[in-house]
Amino acid sequence: MKKELKFKVNGQPYEIFVKPKTLLVEVLRDLVGLTGTKRGCSSSSCGACTVMLDGMAVKSCSVLALQANGTEVVTVEGLAKGNELSPLQRAFLDHGSYQCGFCTPGMLMSSTALLTENPRPTKLEIKEGIDGNICRCTGYNAIVRAVTAVVKGEYKEAK
Amino acid sequence: MINDFEHFTPKTLKEALALLAKYGDDCKVICGGQSLLILMRQGLVSPKYIVDIKGISELSYIKDDKDGVKIGATTTHRAVEKSAVIKKKYPVLAEMETRLASVQTRNWGTIGGNVCHGDPAGDPVPVLIALNATLTVAGARGTRSIPVENFSLDYFEVDLKDGELLAEITIPPPPPRTGAVYTKFNIIESDLATVSVAASVTLGAGDGVCQDVRIALGAVAPTAIRAKKAEKVLKGKKITDALLKEAGEVAATETEPISDIYASEEYRLELVKALVPRMTKEALARAKKA
Repeated sequence: MKKELKFKVNGQPYEIFVKPKTLLVEVLRDLVGLTGTKRGCSSSSCGACTVMLDGMAVKSCSVLALQANGTEVVTVEGLAKGNELSPLQRAFLDHGSYQCGFCTPGMLMSSTALLTENPRPTKLEIKEGIDGNICRCTGYNAIVRAVTAVVKGEYKEAK
Repeated sequence: MINDFEHFTPKTLKEALALLAKYGDDCKVICGGQSLLILMRQGLVSPKYIVDIKGISELSYIKDDKDGVKIGATTTHRAVEKSAVIKKKYPVLAEMETRLASVQTRNWGTIGGNVCHGDPAGDPVPVLIALNATLTVAGARGTRSIPVENFSLDYFEVDLKDGELLAEITIPPPPPRTGAVYTKFNIIESDLATVSVAASVTLGAGDGVCQDVRIALGAVAPTAIRAKKAEKVLKGKKITDALLKEAGEVAATETEPISDIYASEEYRLELVKALVPRMTKEALARAKKA
């Protein structure tokens, strides 16, 4: 039997009826239609499905959609303000912090959550902040460089 | 593929217990679901009913009182990791949490869920054994207490009867001159342990004699275990490197590790022999500074 899920995604309210077994990643991709969030390993290992739920990074492949009831979810599509990319997004572009791009949404969400919680992380803390995210192109250094540049204040928030 | 199930969201412990009493063996409890959903996806568990206790706010807390620190079962790993009280009184517990899976998993997963999952390679149980923690289990007929070291029964089996739910973890106040540490050996940092060791050492006043010691091992038996014979080697004595080496050798005889893709049985035994002395020595150093 389907149950009602009421939540916000990137500020937009949604009321969707879902089967209890539906996972958050499935709702975001298949029902809300935001395919920036990737389905990778589906076993909580790769982090490509990372989104922010009430400000916390979670793996949306391992959260029952109904547990997001009443929460605010932010996906990679919610980082830009209008046409203005977020500081982390711009830093990722400038530093070439992606190769195939599959891990990028998850990496962006994990690093966004990290900087929300701790705006001045050390290099080690940055590495720990993204250690739940796997980049199979192994481009970790460029990602850490991009986050470091934002921490140093080289990228300002869009007005 | 996850099979369909009926989903209940009780708002209080009482409501949850009533649902568990009603559906018994056909139902599973979910909280963060960081372990259960993986099993369900692999088809290893297919409950008809799920009692979702994530929303029971009365079970999510960290309280500091005279019997020690009490942690509600639905408290997230991340809350334990960040708690000022835990960091001050039981730094080993916060340190263990930073090594448990990833930030994302710790944000949603709960310490109670991890304990009830009964994975012998799980991180919290060895630490809770070393800290002499007690669990409060709630059922339709009231609550009962059980030492955490007796809670795990077998691989993924714990001492919860039909209709029972883990409600609280109590960690007694640390005795003076006590130091505790935890480590796990693994290849990928966010993985489960290949072998894990938690140790707590309490020194006597002034004499430097080991008054009490607790050593717990993970991933070397069907459940996390306490290495009681190894503890006996050290208890009541002034700890030396020779005694530590002996304790490691004895601890290895108390285990029954398996060979799997991560390590052979022999390799695990060698890890126990290496890590038990190393970690107990570290606990001792902390006890001296405490």
